[in-house]
Amino acid sequence: MSMPYYVSPEQVMKDKADYARRNIARGRPVVVLAYEGGIAFVAENHSKALHKISEIYDRMAFAAAGKYNEFENLRVVGVRYADLRGYSYDRIDVTARGLANAYAQILGSAFTQESKPLEVEIVVAQVGDTPDDDQIYRLTYDGSVADEQSFVAMGGQAETITTGLQARWQPNLSLSAALALAVDLLSKDPNGTDRTLTPAQLEVAVLDRLRPRRAFRRLAGPLLEALLAPDDPTTDVPKLDDVRPGLHDTLTGVEAEAEAVTPAPEPGDPASQEPEQEPGHPQAQAKPDEGSGDGTGEGA
Amino acid sequence: MTAEPSRDGRLPAGYLTPGSSSFTDFLAANADHLLPGRQPLPPGMVPQVPHATTIVAASFDGGVVMAGDRRATMGNLIAHREIEKVFPADDYSCVGIAGTAGIAVELVRLFQVELEHYEKIEGALLSLDGKANRLSSMLRNNLGLAMQGLAVVPLFAGFDLARRQGRIFSYDVTGGRYEEHQFHSIGSGSLFARGSMKKRWRTGLSQNDALEVVVEALHDAADDDSATGGADLDRRIFPVVAVVTVDGFRRLPDEDVATALATALSRARGGGPTGSGSVSSDAANSGQADTDGGTAR
Repeated sequence: MSMPYYVSPEQVMKDKADYARRNIARGRPVVVLAYEGGIAFVAENHSKALHKISEIYDRMAFAAAGKYNEFENLRVVGVRYADLRGYSYDRIDVTARGLANAYAQILGSAFTQESKPLEVEIVVAQVGDTPDDDQIYRLTYDGSVADEQSFVAMGGQAETITTGLQARWQPNLSLSAALALAVDLLSKDPNGTDRTLTPAQLEVAVLDRLRPRRAFRRLAGPLLEALLAPDDPTTDVPKLDDVRPGLHDTLTGVEAEAEAVTPAPEPGDPASQEPEQEPGHPQAQAKPDEGSGDGTGEGA
Repeated sequence: MTAEPSRDGRLPAGYLTPGSSSFTDFLAANADHLLPGRQPLPPGMVPQVPHATTIVAASFDGGVVMAGDRRATMGNLIAHREIEKVFPADDYSCVGIAGTAGIAVELVRLFQVELEHYEKIEGALLSLDGKANRLSSMLRNNLGLAMQGLAVVPLFAGFDLARRQGRIFSYDVTGGRYEEHQFHSIGSGSLFARGSMKKRWRTGLSQNDALEVVVEALHDAADDDSATGGADLDRRIFPVVAVVTVDGFRRLPDEDVATALATALSRARGGGPTGSGSVSSDAANSGQADTDGGTAR
């Protein structure tokens, strides 16, 4: 009968750390940096649906590099944590520090107790009333927390990008300058020629200090192109959200005309049917006289 | 089970359970003491607590308008003069409450978090029917308290982005959900408000006309129901009026409400409180509205 090999705890931890670090470095990088009006997030992400950057709460956002399923789960934890805190205390009592500590516990216990550490690196950022009140926390796979000033880079080539940010970032950058800096550093390829990143390959979002309550907005479409174009006069996000009906989490800069051409539902369109045709729906039977009257609220 | 971090700072396992995008379900599984309807009541009589009273809502061409008076009563006392009973639920809907004020306000807060939580987790808006059904099930959780006399009845209205129209939903204490196609009112003064709207509401109202209809209905309710507060000109307290259109939720400023009320009263009633002063042609024109007044309850 053979005894299991003795492996020293140092060796176990080192193996886990190497494993996590190697896999995180394989992913595409994410840059978080402060600008004069808030905090900007830039990631290379070819998917429009699977986000690396997300809203957590009114003034708080989340960015991650690494394995998607693992950081998506952590994002949901963050939203649950923040909503529960805000519901049981008050909205202003939800802080990035509290959430960073909660994440640190999850990452730390997974690192020491599970056979495989979480292959993620996270930033929790909160925009304050002034640039001095901004908070950016960086959490690594082993649960260590760092209180970062001004900028963070995670994922592949993080060190190169951080060096670039140290050299070129300054306080009170305009949003367009901050985005240009981030995109320039993201497109540097250490083993050869630089690439060109188009707006469609980028996921960009901001925490805009001036917005009331929910400060998080994604940037896309013509607005993002204008912000990234060096010769365009646009330097900051517009004060008003898009007029387009629906979720207002993305600023695209598309004008109101686009909304006017949206066709009204056709008569045959299921969306335009009145509710009495819902068979077996308790509401449909509850009031037989409801739909039969004269004109109801459906409008012209 | 508590939802707060334990002594070693670790979050309970429920936080990491994948699945539900409902905040209420998350609370029920991890911190059910925070749900408004879950506290077991001690035996005995429920003491008198503030009650919220009348809410009215009407649809118009392109949206809905909802208004609520500002009074909360406790038996024969006025408990509060400027309570707010109409709230935004999210960008495209609003909710008004009648019944036990303490539980109702908590229910609305939970409903607001519920909708925003879904929005953040899923990255999409719930459909208007989805929102109405969520409110229904949250109300059903409160049934135990309702049986003991702490009932809450909301009125929900919003703009349906798929159908491009405003819609109104009424509820009963068991969570039953009923769509109202023209107008509706809940609370102690609802009988009078509904009678008023039956005469005034017409198909194809403009937003301003609908605003006048609802403030006039509230005025009528306050006239005959002691638990409903009218506009208080001395203290400058006016009903809360919310409008939801394709442009989203908007709470109207007090000046607009005051102007609409003055216009509605002077046009229809020649300034008199009950309409006996003069009958204008306007009142005669509104006759078509009462052909289908069969709003039950």
